[in-house]
Amino acid sequence: MLKVEHLKKRFGNHVVLNDINITIGKGEVFCIIGQSGSGKTVLFRHIIGLLFPDGGRILLDNEVISSPTTKPADFDKVRKRFGILFQGAALFDSMNVGENLAFPLREHTKMTEKEISKLIAESLEMVGLKEEFKTKMPSELSGGMRSRVGLARGLVMKPEIMLYDEPTSALDPIMTDKINDLILSLRDKLRMTSIIITHDMASAYKIADKMAMIQDGKIIFHGTPGEIRESRNPYIQQFIRGQKKHHYAIADEDAYAVPINISKVKPRAVGPRRPVPAPSTENAAAAPSDMANKKFQMPVRPGGQNNQ
Amino acid sequence: MIAPLRFIAFVGSFARGWAGKGRAFVLGTRHYTQLAVQTTARVPLIVKNLDITTKHMYTLGIESIPLVTMIALFLGSATVTQAVYQMSGMIPLRYLGALVCKTTVTELGPVITSMVFAGRVATGIAAEIASMKGSEQLDAMNVLRLDPIRYLIVPKMVACVVMLPVLTIWAILMAFVGSAITVAISVDVTMYTYLDGMRLFFNPWDVYMGVGKTTVFGAIVAITGAYFGLTAKGGAEGVGNATTKAVVVSAVLILIFDFIVAVMVM
Repeated sequence: MLKVEHLKKRFGNHVVLNDINITIGKGEVFCIIGQSGSGKTVLFRHIIGLLFPDGGRILLDNEVISSPTTKPADFDKVRKRFGILFQGAALFDSMNVGENLAFPLREHTKMTEKEISKLIAESLEMVGLKEEFKTKMPSELSGGMRSRVGLARGLVMKPEIMLYDEPTSALDPIMTDKINDLILSLRDKLRMTSIIITHDMASAYKIADKMAMIQDGKIIFHGTPGEIRESRNPYIQQFIRGQKKHHYAIADEDAYAVPINISKVKPRAVGPRRPVPAPSTENAAAAPSDMANKKFQMPVRPGGQNNQ
Repeated sequence: MIAPLRFIAFVGSFARGWAGKGRAFVLGTRHYTQLAVQTTARVPLIVKNLDITTKHMYTLGIESIPLVTMIALFLGSATVTQAVYQMSGMIPLRYLGALVCKTTVTELGPVITSMVFAGRVATGIAAEIASMKGSEQLDAMNVLRLDPIRYLIVPKMVACVVMLPVLTIWAILMAFVGSAITVAISVDVTMYTYLDGMRLFFNPWDVYMGVGKTTVFGAIVAITGAYFGLTAKGGAEGVGNATTKAVVVSAVLILIFDFIVAVMVM
């Protein structure tokens, strides 16, 4: 079980994470959602030990793995328990697919080349790629294939927890669905915990057992996909529906992290929109608008004359 | 605001700006030194990555030969032409070979080759590491417990330390060829006199010193490129800035170290 307790992080004067608390159960698919710049990637980087908190701690199976006093070398002991799929897959450009997958195996295990080759083939198969792909260079792969190879590289060390950083953000809808299916099948086959950073709600609904939502460095929701749909927080509703404006009035605004001025919130108009009357030609000619004056008339100096 | 207060505010902001720059310089120097120490400490681990190092020796060293050859040929020609102009009417031209040999072996050959090498290699290293940082490949290495210093910087540094002296020796030879061609074509000195002049004050120590210092220049080029690659920020513009800084700082550090060696030798 992974627990994040009272996590705080600031860069200079800017507080990026403010008292983050989440609990992720074993074998769960946990989605962290939020707008761009809300702090979800910073939280992700804390979980994988690329950043360390200013306050709070992260526990894995009740053992503190990250705190303000943790050093990067200390985190290396638990790093092998994590597998990562980065946003653009982060494949090593100078190596082909096979070498990308073999690199960690050659450095951290005493496996023979034959065993490594077999494991690479298994990992590629697990993500739906043929063994022939291992000779391809990353530059020859499409976005979806790069994601799959990145996933295979994450899986090759047999991690307990797999983290995905916006795995579908650069993919088309069909490939997005394939990657989502892949995440679910890996959960079912390998029983691994999956943590997914995303702002793609369709994917989150499909794959998440639980989800948390971050806004301005704070967790404003922690629950199941069903619960988030029923949330009465206007910001959450706005986010999950992908709407530009708030449409939902709430009874008790103090109960939510996002303040909203109820007096300014109007219910959505029901029925056909009232047509805007066209200005009559007579009136328009008689009284030109201010904008028209501003556009075409020269500015007048206090003396009353144009000084050209 | 009255004038004295405005003046104090100006002095304050000026001092604060310079204090910030001074602090950044001190911190940068500290990080650069740390990187140099960490890279040097990992050199014994190179035995596991000899294949990567050999590949870098080829791309950074062997592929630089055409450029170095071209520059060295013209360097030799220009040195002879300048030497003839400076010596005419004052020093007998039988000493032309000695002058060209001394300047090429001790200073021009090593320093110009290192500058050319820095222009080609430090920029390449900085751009490669900066774009790897931008595409999260360095993060991926950290997450996979693959030390970026060991796998990215050490092989490049070893390749530079080995190949820059080799390139320097080649450049000196090519400069001699260029100078001999120029002497044959346009200087009123026989080839025998010119070559005899070269042998006149030849001291093998000059070669050891001239070529030996380029091992350090090689390390400077690799570490400077790596440092600015690792500290690059902000996408394509950051990569551009990193490469510019890498080549400028490499050139400055090469000249500073060259001066230190010259003082030590004297």
